Amino acid sequence: MPLTLEEVRHIAKLARLRLSPDEEQRYQEQLSDILDYAARLQSVDTGHIAPTASVLQLDAPLADDEPRPCLPPEALLANAPEADRGMFKVPPILDGAG
Amino acid sequence: MADPTELSLLEAASALRAGQLSSLELTDAVLSRIDALDGRLHAFLHLTPDNARRQAEAADHRLAAWRKQGGDPPPWICGIPAGVKDVLCVAGIPTTAGSRILEGFQPPYTATSVDRLLQAGMVVVGKTNTDEFAMGSSTENSAYGVTHNPWRLDRVPGGSSGGSAAAVAAGMVPLALGTDTGGSIRQPAAFCGVTGLKTSYGRVSRYGLIAYASSLDTVGALARSAADLVPAFESMAGHDPLDSTTVSEPVPSVGLNGRALKGVRIGVPQEYFIEGIQPAVEQCVRRAIEVFWSLGATVVDLQLPHTDLALPVYYLLAPSEASANLARFDGVRYGPRRRAATLMEEYLETRGALFGPEVKRRIMLGTYALSAGYYEAYYGQAQKVRTLIKQDFDQAFEQVDLIACPVTPTTAFPIGGHGDDPLSMYLEDVFTLPANLAGVPGIAFPVGFDDEGLPVGMQLNAPHLGEAALLQAAHAFQSVTSWHKERPDL
Repeated sequence: MPLTLEEVRHIAKLARLRLSPDEEQRYQEQLSDILDYAARLQSVDTGHIAPTASVLQLDAPLADDEPRPCLPPEALLANAPEADRGMFKVPPILDGAG
Repeated sequence: MADPTELSLLEAASALRAGQLSSLELTDAVLSRIDALDGRLHAFLHLTPDNARRQAEAADHRLAAWRKQGGDPPPWICGIPAGVKDVLCVAGIPTTAGSRILEGFQPPYTATSVDRLLQAGMVVVGKTNTDEFAMGSSTENSAYGVTHNPWRLDRVPGGSSGGSAAAVAAGMVPLALGTDTGGSIRQPAAFCGVTGLKTSYGRVSRYGLIAYASSLDTVGALARSAADLVPAFESMAGHDPLDSTTVSEPVPSVGLNGRALKGVRIGVPQEYFIEGIQPAVEQCVRRAIEVFWSLGATVVDLQLPHTDLALPVYYLLAPSEASANLARFDGVRYGPRRRAATLMEEYLETRGALFGPEVKRRIMLGTYALSAGYYEAYYGQAQKVRTLIKQDFDQAFEQVDLIACPVTPTTAFPIGGHGDDPLSMYLEDVFTLPANLAGVPGIAFPVGFDDEGLPVGMQLNAPHLGEAALLQAAHAFQSVTSWHKERPDL
């Protein structure tokens, strides 16, 4: 099995996902199966092959430097679980583990 | 006039122009049919009847003004009711991407693809069901319940655009928008017996599409025929300053004539007729290829040697991109939040509780593939093999104009049929993933039925930006066959 339970817990933490012990075990098995399957890519000779990040030849065009109308702050805050004085509100981050 | 929901999109559009039918009548008929059927099918997540009637009245005014004053007619899409997959933002209408983590979200803006169709006069009747964040092949991953296949209610409609496919197949709407990252338009189109167009990467703006895998995501549509898809494609395609990956090439006007296939070279990749393919699927597709031959096309065998690597490549690249894209869902700016003492605890609780199992699985897989020590072996290697798959298509299109192949190895499978076995579900996508990795367009359309009465689909692929050739070829086929006219008994 390519993945240990420790690794699953580490990935879950990196991905900011709280998993139950049951989920940890299930994902250990399922992700290991998928990675086993994906291992067939390792045998492909790609020594002289360039990677494809996009099928387009992107030239990163620059936007015109002109002011445009944009959404008002109220519209952007309307979906927030908590907002205060025009800002998104979250618990303290400096003293906690965040 | 008889029940207007039985009209094809183009028939309805002609009746609207002629003043024989109003958009309001058509929209009311569509809403009634949805009301009558959706309790059994669950194709829609949200209905917007009041908005729809307002848009229909506006379309009727526009059509009436044109009939009175002449000039350029409104686009064919004007006054046509449609469903929109719930991963495309429409301002003020709930958009959940099939996820609890976006429950109650009302986007402050509208996706460019939808906006262009609204400008053209299309009427939005509601948002259609989807696998959560478009991750799935059955709509079983929707947090809001599965959609049922109109041909057999115990079967899946496919996915992730399963709500859109079922809605069109059931005659609820003449058109529905979908998205296709690994087959999510073509596979449900095949399972539901409708016609679905996956556009080329970069052809239709992704602005306002809730991103899954940004190098693979495409926006397209599903309807009852290729001809019905033309007005939607022409209205929504084209460069968008808000999406720097849209191409600047002009969108061609798709002329349809039944004799478009003289001299067209069609390649049939041997790698797509694998062991394990359902015999009825192979027979129907091979018979359909003979129809193309009888229409004047040249049919040749073709090799796409890296086909079997598309699946492992896709299931490393797409989850990697997804793990980055879905980092934004953290309970701070939208969606519900699970309260905790610290911000970190809130992230963990909110994401752990509100993402579904498949989304968490793909986020975990992508996070792992991108993590220190594994990046080159997994993500880097997958990107290189993607190059080989794209080269297969580049070389194929030096010899042929179109590629013809099955959409899926089987017809629609039973709800719950894949249990808790993600890898077996992923194998459903084996024939649709390569087009996304190569960025080329594809069209799926019905070519027969299996012995259980379930539709069989076939796929055509064309070179990048070759949508017109796909629509023309599928239309030529549909001009001499009637599979696309079959309707489920509901």
